[in-house]
Amino acid sequence: MAAAESSRPFSGLSDVSISEDIPVEGDISVPIDSSRKDDDFSTLDEPVKETILRDLRAVGKKFIHVLYPKRSSALLRDWDLWGPLLLCVTLALLLQGGAADNDDQGGPQFAEVFVIIWFGSIIITLNSKLLGGTISFFQSLCVLGYCILPLTAAMAVCRIVLLSGSGKVSFAVRLVVVTASFGWSTFASTAFLTGSQPPNRKALVVYPVFLFYFVIGWMILTFSPPQ
Amino acid sequence: MASPNDPFEFQEFEEADSLLKANRDATTISIEDEDIKTEKQRKADGDEDPLGTDDKTELLSGQKESPPFWTFEYYQRFFDIETHHVKERIIGSMLPWPGKNFIHVYLRRNPDLYGPFWICTTLVFAIAISGNISNFLVHLGKPNYKYTPEFGKVTIAATAIFTYAWLVPLALWGFLLWRNNKIMNLVSYSFMEIVCVYGYSLSIYIPAVVLWILPYEWLRWCSIVVALCLSGSVLVMTFWSAVSDDHPKIIIVITSAIVVLNVLLAVGCKAYFFSKPEPVLTRHSSAATQVTMVPS
Repeated sequence: MAAAESSRPFSGLSDVSISEDIPVEGDISVPIDSSRKDDDFSTLDEPVKETILRDLRAVGKKFIHVLYPKRSSALLRDWDLWGPLLLCVTLALLLQGGAADNDDQGGPQFAEVFVIIWFGSIIITLNSKLLGGTISFFQSLCVLGYCILPLTAAMAVCRIVLLSGSGKVSFAVRLVVVTASFGWSTFASTAFLTGSQPPNRKALVVYPVFLFYFVIGWMILTFSPPQ
Repeated sequence: MASPNDPFEFQEFEEADSLLKANRDATTISIEDEDIKTEKQRKADGDEDPLGTDDKTELLSGQKESPPFWTFEYYQRFFDIETHHVKERIIGSMLPWPGKNFIHVYLRRNPDLYGPFWICTTLVFAIAISGNISNFLVHLGKPNYKYTPEFGKVTIAATAIFTYAWLVPLALWGFLLWRNNKIMNLVSYSFMEIVCVYGYSLSIYIPAVVLWILPYEWLRWCSIVVALCLSGSVLVMTFWSAVSDDHPKIIIVITSAIVVLNVLLAVGCKAYFFSKPEPVLTRHSSAATQVTMVPS
């Protein structure tokens, strides 16, 4: 008896039947990664100009998304930090040269602007994650960095206005430009960020962003040209 | 709290929670960080079901496993608040009510780090920006005045405010812990709760600092006195219940230390960041006109 049983392994399984209402699903397909891998490797052969242009085009596309903020997820999906780096360096260079008698009294130095922008973005990202946001760390850094674009443009406009004198009229023009761009930056970044926050904490997440762009706007407004 | 056999026999003390279960009206004291309130205080707080809160306190205070302090989840506990909570806490810190202890009424065992951190940051930038604007307004009419943004002052303001808001609570917490070891006290505050009180008590200074932009000395002194009274009374009323059972000298020392440090911070900020409007302005301008008239 035992020999007969052992000679038929899996004999006990003949009683098992799969009932019809257990859905059996699946997808059997051959992954086509092999051709994608070929594509990835083949970018080594392309000319350097094309590589750089591809990244620049991605950055430019995101700039346009910032200038016309809609509820699109393009900024969030393919995040990159090239744009924020470019904007941060441009802004810090433009803020250079706010000369004064000693360093203590002058405007922010390059390193100070850099630190404020990057540490500020990191702290705001940590804050929104601690409050239960579902956005990832680098996505949030990307959004906050890209939304500095209106303020950088305002800085460029301010420097041009300052070339024509620094009297009351130029101050009024600069005030209007900086205020408008600060509002634009805050509005753009909240349009991207508030989708991922719990609903009863939205104000808690938006306020630090407001403070961040306010401080950057203040640095731009108080820039006085070297004489 | 000894067993009914022999009050002088040395007993091993059980956990405060099980003792409370045995004798509902007993007062239990624990020297660790967890606060065990008496039954009366619990009823005063409006808990409907004492059995339920017993279970809850056992779960929350003793046996809940808290994540270690190097993980992200540990800090997420301190951001478990909503917008209206923050609003209530800020308003509660600006309007002290006699008898209302800020920690018991507003914090309710849920201290947060959001309020203290962002109020301190806002205050730092408010002081730096308002100081800059007020300096500009004071020197507006003077010739040869070149406007400088004075950005280096942000660092100084940040050091002063964050030291006050984080090191003074640390010292106070250490002191209260030491006194708790000597005297059995009903009320003990955790470090986060003290940091929370100090952080929210600074919120009254933000409108005060903005008001200091206007270069009128009487306005500045009025607003500084009002702000000092409000924030000082919030702090004193909060810590009064923690030290009221203590030696009278200790009560005076603690209360005066809290008030004096508050005054030092406010007056120091005003003196360093906001220059006085100078009455010498008219003398300078008249001297300048005299000089220009002589050669003609």
